Amino acid sequence: MCATNPLAAKPVHRAPATAGTAGWGWLLRMAWRDARRSRTRLALFMSSIVLGIAALVGINSFGDNLARSINEQARELLGADLVLASSQPFDSTLVPALRRLGPVQAQERAFGSLVQFPRVQGVRLAQVRGITGGFPYYGDWDVQPRAAVAGFRAGHGALVDDVLLSQFGARVGDSVRVGRLSLLIIGKVLHTPGQSGLGSAVAPTVFVPGALVAATGLVQRGSRVQYRQYFQFAPGTDVAALIKPFEARFDQSNIDSDTVASRQQRTGRAFRDLTRYLSLVAFVALLLGGVGVASTVSLYVREKLAAVAVLRCLGASGRQALLIYLIQTAGLGLLGALVGAALGAGVQALLPRVLGDFLPVAVRVGVSWPAIATGVGAGLGLAVLFALLPLLSIRRVAPLRVLRAAFEADTAAPDPLRGLVLGVLAVGILGFAYLQTREWKLALGFGAGLAAALGALAGLGWLLTWAVRRYFPGGWGYVWRQGLANLYRPQNQTLTLITSIGLGTFLLATLYLTQGLLLSRVATADAGTQPNLVLYDIQPEQRAGVEALLTQRQLPIVQRVPIVTMRLAAINRRTVTELKKDTAGGKGIPAWILSREYRVTYRDTLSPSEKLTAGTLPRRGPDGTPYVSVDDSYFERAQLKLGDTLTFNVQGAPLVAIVGGTREVDWSRVQTNFLVLFPKGVLEGAPQFHVILTRTPNTAALGAVQQALVKQFPNVSALDLGLILQTVDDILGKISFVVRFMAGFSIATGLLVLASSVVVSRYQRVRESVLLRTLGASRRQILRITLVEYALLGLLAALAGIVLAGLAAWALAVWVFDSPYAPNLLPLLGLAAGVAALTAAIGLFNSRDVLTRPPLEVLRAEG
Amino acid sequence: MSILKVENLTKSYPNAGGAPLTVLHGVSFELAAGDTFAIVGPSGSGKTTLLGLCAGLDRATSGSVWLNGIQLDNLSEDQRAAVRNQHVGFIFQNFQLLPTLTALENVQVPQELRGEKGSAATAQALLERVGLGKRAHHYPTQLSGGEQQRVSLARAFANRPALLFADEPTGNLDPDTSDTVVDLLFELNREAGTTLVLVTHDLELAARTQRTLRVRGGTVQTDVRNQPASSQARA
Repeated sequence: MCATNPLAAKPVHRAPATAGTAGWGWLLRMAWRDARRSRTRLALFMSSIVLGIAALVGINSFGDNLARSINEQARELLGADLVLASSQPFDSTLVPALRRLGPVQAQERAFGSLVQFPRVQGVRLAQVRGITGGFPYYGDWDVQPRAAVAGFRAGHGALVDDVLLSQFGARVGDSVRVGRLSLLIIGKVLHTPGQSGLGSAVAPTVFVPGALVAATGLVQRGSRVQYRQYFQFAPGTDVAALIKPFEARFDQSNIDSDTVASRQQRTGRAFRDLTRYLSLVAFVALLLGGVGVASTVSLYVREKLAAVAVLRCLGASGRQALLIYLIQTAGLGLLGALVGAALGAGVQALLPRVLGDFLPVAVRVGVSWPAIATGVGAGLGLAVLFALLPLLSIRRVAPLRVLRAAFEADTAAPDPLRGLVLGVLAVGILGFAYLQTREWKLALGFGAGLAAALGALAGLGWLLTWAVRRYFPGGWGYVWRQGLANLYRPQNQTLTLITSIGLGTFLLATLYLTQGLLLSRVATADAGTQPNLVLYDIQPEQRAGVEALLTQRQLPIVQRVPIVTMRLAAINRRTVTELKKDTAGGKGIPAWILSREYRVTYRDTLSPSEKLTAGTLPRRGPDGTPYVSVDDSYFERAQLKLGDTLTFNVQGAPLVAIVGGTREVDWSRVQTNFLVLFPKGVLEGAPQFHVILTRTPNTAALGAVQQALVKQFPNVSALDLGLILQTVDDILGKISFVVRFMAGFSIATGLLVLASSVVVSRYQRVRESVLLRTLGASRRQILRITLVEYALLGLLAALAGIVLAGLAAWALAVWVFDSPYAPNLLPLLGLAAGVAALTAAIGLFNSRDVLTRPPLEVLRAEG
Repeated sequence: MSILKVENLTKSYPNAGGAPLTVLHGVSFELAAGDTFAIVGPSGSGKTTLLGLCAGLDRATSGSVWLNGIQLDNLSEDQRAAVRNQHVGFIFQNFQLLPTLTALENVQVPQELRGEKGSAATAQALLERVGLGKRAHHYPTQLSGGEQQRVSLARAFANRPALLFADEPTGNLDPDTSDTVVDLLFELNREAGTTLVLVTHDLELAARTQRTLRVRGGTVQTDVRNQPASSQARA
């Protein structure tokens, strides 16, 4: 009871006080009070951001954990403290100097070769690594049985990658034939330090004791062999300082050095890029959630206009009214962000499994507070900004609404603050994209791409809605007409839902179509009369024999090409060493151009995959100087001009050539392509090998020719394009699974946006339903109207996403891949049906109250 | 001194494709503190518009309003909100309680907006006064129409207003409930010494006030003092 009379007169204030005397305490209290009765609904609309934050926190935590794991396991990545690699045997004059580095502890000679499993008659191109010494010094070489490692070091037999054994059904105890050498398989390799699962799948390895490599007969003059030396130093040795004095020598001898630090940096950078791109996909889910927040808050605000008008009438300022609802949405945004972050911590535990085959190290899962802080900050910021867009109108709600419910002029006028919020939002999105990618170009591209996709989806959504309205089927039954009309009635959420669900569908459909495009490109290589088997490392004296072998088996010789290997020594008389100094700071000529091994051929004509773009065809000048033709993008990147001089080192002998012309080369064609093309009459005498392309009609013929090759020409390698196709399919499948996993968050967010907008707009739906029921509609009719409405909404959203994906894939096919475009529509129709069914199910589930409970009871509960 | 002074008040609305639609034409009157005053007229006569202008809920096209000595014409919306909070109480036909707040919290709002302490005790006392002490923690949907209007009455007096505006306070109530609410309204008004401005088309209700302003077509037709024996026309 109040001690004083509540009706007692108060002192009269004459001057108009400013509104909003009540402070933050009251605002917080009002926000809490107002939220009490609609907490479930509010929690649901904030759930729109949960999945986006979960995806973002998940991928960023995973990125942090991966970076930490790479740092922790950096030595295992390399397997040693220092690795020196060269494509030639180490220069004998260098050996004494290298001894000063410390004792060489392991040596390797690695090369590609056909290997044969005689028991199962399997032949396949594999990576052969002949190892002497104790490699790997760090990390777990997972070999079964464990004792096989000791047996291998003692020279008792070979270790073979498990994927290779599985492919042919071979096993430990069988023999493997490498060149002329037959070895007992004493163990299967499940994991080699520094090699990812995908690496093993692409190039499965046969480990051979180093001492037995010579016996294979495969390492000869002209063979393409990678020589490596592994060093282990005392703990704490500064390896970078140790090799510093040797760098110039290494450069001259084309020796690459790899230290733990450099490997760690390279691997770390590659995976940082991967996780950054994936985090952009997660960010798309968060942005969709933001769009969902804006849409549901807008519905919520419409319901609150009357209450705001009462508050204004009682003396609350526009700012106070706005703050009450802003506090509410920010509080729920924070809650949503925290739930999302907790979920994200769970998602990151899943990611090592999703990405498993790509990872070179075992990722130790742990909580990453920076990732959580970033996710919560971004989620809360976005939720508040997106919510502000509809909330701003609260400031302008006129108290007059308490007298005239139909008064709408107050919130309809354009609001300059809305433009400001949109600007902050755009800057925020670009800023966040930059933080994730650290590249302004990419961030701007992401922003522009997103704006284009959202704009196109909104445009398509508008067009579809317009079409439904324009071509409204007046002759259809009542349920259909009502369901269709609901799509464009006032306060519909059609555009928002088409945009959010459509973007998820767009991501999935684009992924599917692009994968199809890439596969069809590789598949056409395997079809028709295209060659499907590449034989290489054929020595000049073996050429006739190999051709005879093919002819006997009635296999066509589609192409035969001589190949000479060489290195670049100078451009315009400036040596490669001088030019390399210019590359510092990202300017100058890219390092790969200066240090790579060039495989060139010689002919005076162009192949069908080449087109002259400038200058002339390869030719010899009057004095015999060769005028070479170079690939035009190489021409550009090497900063060349026609008439420039290129000096090559052809296995010890210098050769000066002049840039005589450029060619456009279609690198995707299955045939030999070259950066540099020499004219005839220059390289015929140089050490060379040949490549022959043929076509086998079936796998039996393929197996037979490979068996014969291994027997007669063990050094000749054969690349089976069918196997490549299978591997590409496998890799694309794995990549698309990862992206699908992340894109899944977007589609799930779209469905959550749908669920929340259905729940938030329920009051309006209940009233309509009550009215329809009063007018005699049966529960079944209302159920069917709801079903038609949501199924159509889902279908329109899916169609918008698929149409956009179709356009994107078409653009890729025409402008990027230059390939015919014939998408398989059936799975896309399945996707559309699936999205429509899911949308209808969620719409019905969230409307179940309206459908099953007595109308009056629902109305009272909603009040 | 007059508590409310209205001078030559005109309100027009823009009319798409035509001349502005004028709903009030040069209305003038003055009220002394403690008066009870009814504005009557048929639907569309402009009486609710007049109430909105007097209470500072809307801005006039021309003319002036002084409320408790404060000229409202040039105040911003937020300044007018402050004036309402300091000097005005409202009762509406459809109660206009905040649906998410309990009865007690609804009554607390005007005091809380002024930053006053002890609003819960005052609000509870007011609810007791209107006979709803035991329903303090009920939400509007859990109250009948009459009960909601009584909560609305308690809220209207919570900030001890100088002026009380009531827009068709019995419009949504049955006759019995109407009588209870009207009795309570006049009782509280008398106890608090508030000036009451009542908009209604219920002439019986209007007759319980001291003075009646009859509006038709946006102009004042009559302004009469309701005396038990005689009435005196002013305009």
